[in-house]
Amino acid sequence: MSEEQYKSGSRLEQVLTSGNFALTGELGPPKSADRETVEKKANLLKDSVDAANITDNQTAIVRMSSWGAGLIAKECGLEPVMQITTRDRNRLAIQSDVIGAAAMGIKNILCISGDHHSFGNHPTSRIVHDIDSVQLIATLKKMRDEKKFESGDEIRNTKKSELIEPRIFIGAAANPFADPMEFRVVRLAKKINAGADFIQTQVIYDMERFKKWMDEVRDQGLHEKTYILAGITPLKSAKMAQYMKENVSGIAIPDHVVERLSEAEDQKAEGINIAVEQMQELKNMEGISGVHLMAIGAEKSVPGIAEQAGFLPRPTQYEKIS
Amino acid sequence: MIIAEQKPFKEIYESVKDSEKLLVLGCGTCVTVCMAGGEKEVGVLANQIRLAAGKDGGKIEVTEHTITRQCDEEFFDEGASEKIKEADSVLSLGCGVGVQHIVQLYPDVVVRPGVNTQFYGATLQQGIWTERCAGCGECVLERFEGICPIARCSKSLMNGPCGGSSNGMCEVDPENTECAWQLIYDRMKRLNKLDKLMDYQPPKDWSHDRDGGPRSVSREDVLF
Repeated sequence: MSEEQYKSGSRLEQVLTSGNFALTGELGPPKSADRETVEKKANLLKDSVDAANITDNQTAIVRMSSWGAGLIAKECGLEPVMQITTRDRNRLAIQSDVIGAAAMGIKNILCISGDHHSFGNHPTSRIVHDIDSVQLIATLKKMRDEKKFESGDEIRNTKKSELIEPRIFIGAAANPFADPMEFRVVRLAKKINAGADFIQTQVIYDMERFKKWMDEVRDQGLHEKTYILAGITPLKSAKMAQYMKENVSGIAIPDHVVERLSEAEDQKAEGINIAVEQMQELKNMEGISGVHLMAIGAEKSVPGIAEQAGFLPRPTQYEKIS
Repeated sequence: MIIAEQKPFKEIYESVKDSEKLLVLGCGTCVTVCMAGGEKEVGVLANQIRLAAGKDGGKIEVTEHTITRQCDEEFFDEGASEKIKEADSVLSLGCGVGVQHIVQLYPDVVVRPGVNTQFYGATLQQGIWTERCAGCGECVLERFEGICPIARCSKSLMNGPCGGSSNGMCEVDPENTECAWQLIYDRMKRLNKLDKLMDYQPPKDWSHDRDGGPRSVSREDVLF
């Protein structure tokens, strides 16, 4: 495919549309103007993943902006997936960030609502949510495909000037494990209808429950309308697993996983083994187009995990795989 | 109704302790029902202020009065007007509307708020009130079969639940706050309208909310 036939021409889009099994990572920006840390993380990730999500004030804690850190990553040769939450910015600010990012060569954007600010380090701030994540997806699609802002205005400087729309590959998140369970596939369908080109799921530990969700996704043919990347985060210890199981909404960890970790001699290595096994199983699962490996704060372990799972080297040619 | 909560006594006392003639003015409507600023609360608070002032060696002459509605001029009768004009300060236990209405009607009197105005809500049970309406100016309850995601979802999400819904509760306050989207889902199921959940809800027009600037309603047909 030539550059023009792609929605964005991003590496991630090319990997997915050519039928390669994708691997995306995650890069958490620092809580300061520390450029070096971003560079270090980007260099660790760049040859092991096709692209990496740059989080947007993750857990509602102020960090370097996703476009700022995303540009540094890009300069290092790591393709950014710029995350945008609807928590902190209204439709004006978001759209201006989108055209700014696109002008700087950012080609993937992930749309999420974001962690509630009451959990972060500015709990007294005002929450925005002018639009929600589904409306954000629809807004980006409208900007890209109709070359119009949310308001309906055309994306051009004057009436006579050229339309210059942001060419972006639009991502969304899906959580197969949160309540109401019966709503989860509906929500995914809404995001796809709104324009999500790819989906990254919440972290999966309960593979059985995930498979049931995928059954429903396939029944509705949703896997054929978008690319689904399954979320993986290696557990570091049985203690971490137990904590997450009890305290984090929307994350399901079965007892047998906690037990396996607690019985292991090297819990950290066992956590990686579990992640690697999951990645290999997901690679063969119908309807799954890739893995989203979230090892925030453990970017160092990503190349090893990718290697162990047999995901390396990453593709550099994007000829259609039949 | 409008739900309010009395401010901490220390804060109230700090704001009135320099006055010499203080009127504690209650309101007989919303804040009476939610037990924040009715006649009963006026009595208790006035006594507290007298006691605290006595301890300080200060001399505040505290009078008490409660009218039916502080937000309506017609209820400021002669009796109320006299008491307000005699005072140098009024401590209003009405909502924020009441405070400002007194300021407008009696420009020479200093008025202090005695309650924190909270939200439009309902009484769940004696002593528990909960938010039901955000006053967004363009009601969307028809689309959600009578459960408002604007007022009741922590993120005001219009197209379904975030990942923070667990066992029917919202992660922001899992002890007390139900997930609005669980409620909407259950309601649609009960009414056999689950298909409605697939409807895409476009970005809301917030110009009818505070975002369009301070609002007023004028009805030509009922104007004098």
